[in-house]
Amino acid sequence: MNTNQAEKSIGIVNSKTLGFDQPLLLDSGVTLESYEICYETYGTLNQDKTNAILICHALSGDHHAAGYYDLKDKKPGWWDNCIGPGKPVDTNKFFVVCPNNLGGCGGSTGPLSHNPLSGRSYGPDFPIVTVRDWVESQARLADKLEIKVWAAVMGGSLGGMQALQWSIDYPKRVYHAIVIAAAPKLSTQNIAFNEISRQAIMADKDFHEGRYTEHNIVPSHGLKLARMIGHVTYLSDGGLHARFGRERLENNARFGFNVEFEIESYLRYQAESFVERFDANTYLLMTRSLDYFDPAQSNNNDLKLTLAQTSAKFLVISFSSDWRFAPSRSQEIVRALTDCEKDVTSSEIKSEFGHDSFLLPIPDYHRLLHAYLGKI
Amino acid sequence: MLIKNLRREHILVANWIKKGSRVLDLGCGDGSFLAALRTEKQVSGYGIEIDPANIEACIRNSVNVLQTNLDNGLHDFENDSFDYVVMSQTIQAINKPYEVIDEMLRIGKEVIVTFPNMGHWKCRLQFLMGKMPVTTHLPNTWYSTPNIHMCTVRDFNNLCGEKNINIKSRTFLDTHHNQVIGMQLLPNLLAEIAIYRLNQPLDSQKSDSSFA
Repeated sequence: MNTNQAEKSIGIVNSKTLGFDQPLLLDSGVTLESYEICYETYGTLNQDKTNAILICHALSGDHHAAGYYDLKDKKPGWWDNCIGPGKPVDTNKFFVVCPNNLGGCGGSTGPLSHNPLSGRSYGPDFPIVTVRDWVESQARLADKLEIKVWAAVMGGSLGGMQALQWSIDYPKRVYHAIVIAAAPKLSTQNIAFNEISRQAIMADKDFHEGRYTEHNIVPSHGLKLARMIGHVTYLSDGGLHARFGRERLENNARFGFNVEFEIESYLRYQAESFVERFDANTYLLMTRSLDYFDPAQSNNNDLKLTLAQTSAKFLVISFSSDWRFAPSRSQEIVRALTDCEKDVTSSEIKSEFGHDSFLLPIPDYHRLLHAYLGKI
Repeated sequence: MLIKNLRREHILVANWIKKGSRVLDLGCGDGSFLAALRTEKQVSGYGIEIDPANIEACIRNSVNVLQTNLDNGLHDFENDSFDYVVMSQTIQAINKPYEVIDEMLRIGKEVIVTFPNMGHWKCRLQFLMGKMPVTTHLPNTWYSTPNIHMCTVRDFNNLCGEKNINIKSRTFLDTHHNQVIGMQLLPNLLAEIAIYRLNQPLDSQKSDSSFA
C-alpha cells in the first residue's frame, strides 16, 4: 500500500467471524447443523440502522471487498475502487457489509473447514449450496447485526444474482437491489463453460475425489486450467487484443510450446496466483450454484410472476462487451420488472473489458453508481 | 420539478395527460418532464434514453430510466402497457421512424409526438437560397446534425393518413413557444414545433392474433 492508495482507500480493515448454531436447511435437503460466516464491514451503522449495504461477491470473490489488512499488502480488497470514503459506495455515508459465502474458502464454513460429523475436513462432503441458501445465511447474519432492512443489496455476476434473489425472498428487507452484469439464469453456453472448468479440476490426478487436502496436495493443474478458461471468457476479444495484442516475450518464434506470447504469460500468472488463494472444491461448488440459479423455475418459468412479489427499487447494469452475461440477459430482468410496473433503472455501459468490467472503475459506470447511491 | 417550469411544449403535453396514468417517455433527456408529471399528476412510468449523461441526470431526478436504443428497444414491451407513449423532438433523430411509430401505437393507448417543422417559412427561405436550413431550433449543419429524418407538418399528416393513424388533436408553437392563431391556421408555414396526439382508429384494434 503506498500513501496515495491509502488516502483513497478505507485503509486498514479486519475480518470478523460469527458462529451460527441454528441449523440451516439447504435447498439440497441437507441440513448444515452449525456454521460460521466470515465478513468485513466498512463505515458506521447509523442509529436507525438504515444505512447498511450488503455486498455479495462473485465466483472467485470473498469478504475482503475493500481496504488492506496490512500496510505491506500489495493489493486492496477486490472492489476497493468502488467502496470507500467518497467512492460510489461511500463509506462516509453507508455501513457496508461483505460476507464470504458459505461453501467459500475465505473463512466462512466450506469444504476446507472441519466437519464435526466426520472429524476431518469437509472436502467433497460439503453440501452444494444455492443462491437461495446464501441469501438465507446472509439474512441470519443481518439479524445478528440487527439490520432489518438493507438500504441496498448489490453485487456483480453471481453477486448480482444474490441481489436479485434477496429481492424475491425478502421483499421487505431490501430497499434497493443493484444487479450488475447478471442474468436471471445461466445460458446453456455458460453451463457448458462451467462443466469444462469442473472437468479440468476433477480430471487432475491430484484431485483424489475431492479429498486432496488429506493427501497434502492440491489439484493445481486442474484449478489453473479452470481459471484460465474462466478468465478468458470474462474478458472480450477486443479487450484482450487491446491489452496484449500478439506481443511476444522475445521477437522470434522458438518453435516450442513454452510461453512466448504475452497473453500466455498473463494467463499462467493469473492461474498461479489463483491456485494460491482458491480451493478447488469451492470452485466446483460455486460453478454448480451458478448452474442451478433460476428463480423463475418454481413459478412456471415466469420471471415476471417471480419478480411481481418484489418491492425493491432496482438498478440493473450490464456491459456492452460482456458475452458471458450479455446485456440482453440483463434486459430480460429489466423487461420482467417493467412488465410488472416495478421501479427500475437500467444502463448498458460501453466497455471493452467484457464480464470483468463490473470490477473496473469505468467512469460512466462509477458515475452512475455514485448518482444512484447518492439518492438513497 | 413543477409542470409550469417545463418548456412550453412539455407544458402543453402535460395538460393532455390524465392523473395517475402510466407514461413512457422516449428520449426523456434529464427526466424533468416525468419528474414534474410524477409530482403533480402522480404519473408513473419510465424514461428511455441512450446518452449516459442523461441517464445520470434522470437518476439524480429520481426518474426510472432505461438505457435503450429506440431503434431496437421497444419490441419486448407488452401491448397497451402504457396510457401514453411520448416522444418529444426525437423522431427526426431515429433510424426508422416509420417502424417506431407503429411500436409506439402498439404499446401505448395514446401517442404524443412533437417534432420540428421543416416546412416553416425560415426553412423554406433557406431552401430557396439553395441551402439546408439552419435555424435557432435546428442549429446543426447538414454534416453534423443528428436529425436524419426531417419532415414538415404536411408530411406528417400524410404519414398518419397512409398508416391510418387517428389524429386526436394537434397544436403548434413558434420560436418563442407561443401559440398564435395564425399559426394554427397555416401551421406548415408558421409553426416551428408541431405537437400531435395520436391513437389507432377504432376499426383497427390492436390484437395479438391475426385474422388475415
